[in-house]
Amino acid sequence: MDFSVLDIPLIDFLQIDLPALLVAVFAAIVCAIPGSFLVLRKQSLIGDAISHVVLPGIVAGFLLSGTLAAIPMTLGALGAAVISVLLIELIRVLGKIETGAAMGVVFTSMFALGVVMLEQTGSSGVHLDVEHALYGNLESTLWLGLEKWSDLWSARGWETMPLRLQQLSIALICVVAFVSVFFKELKLSTFDPLLATSLGFSARIMSFGLVIATALAAVSAFGAVGAILAIAMFICPPSAARMLTDRLSSQLWLSALYAGLSAILGYGLAAFGPLVLGTDFALNAAGMIAVVAFVLQFVTMLLAPRYGILSRRIKSEIETEKAPS
Amino acid sequence: MTDLQFKLFQDLLGILGLQGGYNTSLVLIGSALLGAVSGLVGSFSLLRKRALIADAVSHATLPGLVLGFLVAIALGFDGKSLPFLLIGSAVSGLLGVLMVQWIRDNTRLPEDSAIGTVLSSFFGLGVVLLSYVQTLKNGSQAGLEDFLLGSTASMLRSEAELIAVIALLLSILALAFRKEMALVCFDAGFAQALGWSVKRIDLIMMGLLLTVMVIGLKSVGLILVIALVIIPPVAARFWSDRLSTMLILSSLFGALSCYLGAALSALAPDIPSGATIVLTASSFFVLSLVFAPQNGVLAAALRFTAFRIRLCSDQVLSELNKGEPVPDSLTKAIGLYQLRSRGLVAPLSMEITREGHHYLASLQEEN
Repeated sequence: MDFSVLDIPLIDFLQIDLPALLVAVFAAIVCAIPGSFLVLRKQSLIGDAISHVVLPGIVAGFLLSGTLAAIPMTLGALGAAVISVLLIELIRVLGKIETGAAMGVVFTSMFALGVVMLEQTGSSGVHLDVEHALYGNLESTLWLGLEKWSDLWSARGWETMPLRLQQLSIALICVVAFVSVFFKELKLSTFDPLLATSLGFSARIMSFGLVIATALAAVSAFGAVGAILAIAMFICPPSAARMLTDRLSSQLWLSALYAGLSAILGYGLAAFGPLVLGTDFALNAAGMIAVVAFVLQFVTMLLAPRYGILSRRIKSEIETEKAPS
Repeated sequence: MTDLQFKLFQDLLGILGLQGGYNTSLVLIGSALLGAVSGLVGSFSLLRKRALIADAVSHATLPGLVLGFLVAIALGFDGKSLPFLLIGSAVSGLLGVLMVQWIRDNTRLPEDSAIGTVLSSFFGLGVVLLSYVQTLKNGSQAGLEDFLLGSTASMLRSEAELIAVIALLLSILALAFRKEMALVCFDAGFAQALGWSVKRIDLIMMGLLLTVMVIGLKSVGLILVIALVIIPPVAARFWSDRLSTMLILSSLFGALSCYLGAALSALAPDIPSGATIVLTASSFFVLSLVFAPQNGVLAAALRFTAFRIRLCSDQVLSELNKGEPVPDSLTKAIGLYQLRSRGLVAPLSMEITREGHHYLASLQEEN
């Protein structure tokens, strides 16, 4: 083999690969946590809808504030998410239409609006790109303050931490705080919304909180992986975890584990795979993370000890053998 | 209106009147046919409550699209020749549907998780393949991203013709099977009891949906093509509960959206045509949401106001009866006005008429 991973200079790894990896892992985990609740509530497609409508929200925040700063764009995205959820509800009730179709109307319209608005940003100097909106720009994260491992613990390392990583860490802290503070409420309102409401806290407020958490996750993952691939982070790791456990806490831990693993393996395959093969083509890392997330989920669906397809087959065969013929 | 706006407006009128050159006109006609047939096919999938499976299908076409491109250049064709791309997209879209069904039927995961899984991971695979293709030194791959958000501007004459012909064939097929599909949508059990194979009819519906979306990829793009089979039917649903009316309206909305949207995007080549087409469709939807006579927001608001006034006038009447005659608020004043115009209270006084007493008695009976 002419090339090997070890040939990459440490400084390149620290400045280019490490920040991208961290961003990927954080983005995947911040999505997987609200994603677990969405999968359990059979609302996975809310994640789909919200990660689409984040686009017009971000662009609106950008157009109104004129900067690429995080706060106006996040506020725009949260606003867009809330508007879209309200619109979906309005259309569902008035039009007597199933939620799925109402969602389809809202998120495609808002995404199209976002695309048209994106073109308006072209004249204002800072350009947001349609392609980055679709599959992110993970590779562009640089951490120039890192030259050796010990810089990670130095003041200089911390000061030059990429903005995107800072934002993702804040979002991750917020989402984790929300889930730990309201764990009991979220649990009850997920599994028994009627009981939750009769116990005195509104299941509706919890759903609303979940929408906000989802939107926050979607907007912070947006820069790294774009609108569409964030859906993989919302749904694949929690679905894999769902195959393994019935406990909410293990569901959350396992989702985070799957998310982190997908991010590391996916980024590794995309960045170093071609090198190992000795070719020089580049592969999109965000796309590869989605593919790896699916492969892990697929393997889990087949092999999960209790709910996996294989173990169910074997169980049913044993039962037919036992049964008197 | 500035001169520039006036010029743009004139151009738009020219394009809409098919005066924008032979190619543009052909693209417009092809788009209109595409819109009509997607409105038609989408109505059935909406009624069968399968609208969002289209989401999985459309995103799942990306890997096939790129593989179609790779196969085409491997065989020595132009990579962007539409038949290769369409066949590739159709195959991977189909794989996407099968995967959704397999996950739904064989695991404990619900269908919506299956849809989300398939749409995002297939799209991810497509993005990876696309990034590989972009590093090839072939050159003809430029423009493959047009399929993400649509580009009617780059559509060739032969492509517009191909799309128009397939759209026509699909609408003939959809109309031929409309009775069978309608029955399966409304009462699958009954269709089964009649001896029809629901499975086969579902398969036909799915096939039509898949093909419509695949031929829509070029003009609307795979992210938004789902809008073409969802928004016109949902807009039409607001106007009517009758299937035939809904089908006609939905095709009409679809055709107009694509026709107007494609014309608009001919004016503004920077904006992907998928976005202009979808926003045109959304404006038809918003009009329907607001103005539809039965289910529209305006109709609902009017009904609600009428109900409020009715309640209020009933309350005023019973207060008058108990001898508390002075309306102390605007709503009560409106109630009193209503009572007088219905002849339940004598004009210019607070006296309850005979009809008023009858009405009061009937109210009390109801309680």
